[in-house]
Amino acid sequence: MSQTAKSNSMGSTYFIYGAILAIAVVQVIIAMTMGPSLWRMLLLAVIQGYLAVMFFMHLRDEKATLRLALIPGTLFVLVMMNMIWADSFRLAVMKPFAK
Amino acid sequence: MSQANLAIEPGIAAHGAHAPGVMEEHPFAIPSSKLVMWLFIISDACTFGAVLFAYGYIRNSAADWPRVFEQASIWNSLLMTFILVSTSLTVLFAVRAAQAEDRAGAFRWTMITAAGGLLFTILHLKEWLSLIHQGASLLHNPWGSPMFGAAFFSITGLHMAHVVGGVIALTVVGLTYRAGRYSARHIEIWALYWHFVDLVWMFVVPLVYLLNMKR
Repeated sequence: MSQTAKSNSMGSTYFIYGAILAIAVVQVIIAMTMGPSLWRMLLLAVIQGYLAVMFFMHLRDEKATLRLALIPGTLFVLVMMNMIWADSFRLAVMKPFAK
Repeated sequence: MSQANLAIEPGIAAHGAHAPGVMEEHPFAIPSSKLVMWLFIISDACTFGAVLFAYGYIRNSAADWPRVFEQASIWNSLLMTFILVSTSLTVLFAVRAAQAEDRAGAFRWTMITAAGGLLFTILHLKEWLSLIHQGASLLHNPWGSPMFGAAFFSITGLHMAHVVGGVIALTVVGLTYRAGRYSARHIEIWALYWHFVDLVWMFVVPLVYLLNMKR
């Protein structure tokens, strides 16, 4: 790796580090001023996670086949877990322990 | 299969008739050990996902879910985030040093990362002790739904176990690398794990701490 490429790479690493920390601070400020909305918190966490996976874990630099093998399957499993909410809301609005 | 898809792994081919010699090129172009770590990471991501979904299920259906975290706890969680994200940076320095064959530098950065993980664990235990002194346990708490303690201690405990495991692994890998028995690849693989631990924390803070902040 040339010296210029190396320093550019370090520059982007510091930028990502700063961005992740800044998002963490924004999350706390939003939670304290506007109240901790689930969707706002989750969206910011997803952005943080994307930056960490792509830049810190260097998935961005790997072959597309690896990204295709890892990401869709994982997201599919996590999305399918959402099926629990129907029962959770049933417990919240209906009699939880019917006799 | 075309000849272009075939490659001879030099280390294996050198062993002669007992080794396969000609191997198909790896579709992901990464070493098997790194692929194994990626597979572990996605399975662990699903484990944490399941735990967080279970927490959401319980929290959503409980009528009296407590919001217990004072501002001091929130600032503490932010400090813990700062420490953990900073250790992601230091472990990157360790990987770069290892790739440059700087064994002393790689060892130093690996140990700094492990020390950061230890500091994170101490701050987390302080948070645990504070809640325990206020009367929280796995099955009881003075504020509301008794499931709060089970959810909080399970999620943060599982994460803390990963941090402690990472500290031990990084220490062992760092020492073994310095002794010349491990290569830069080993540091890189455990750095991947460490980044994953950091990644999980990015979801634990907003979902467990910020959503349960006292208002």
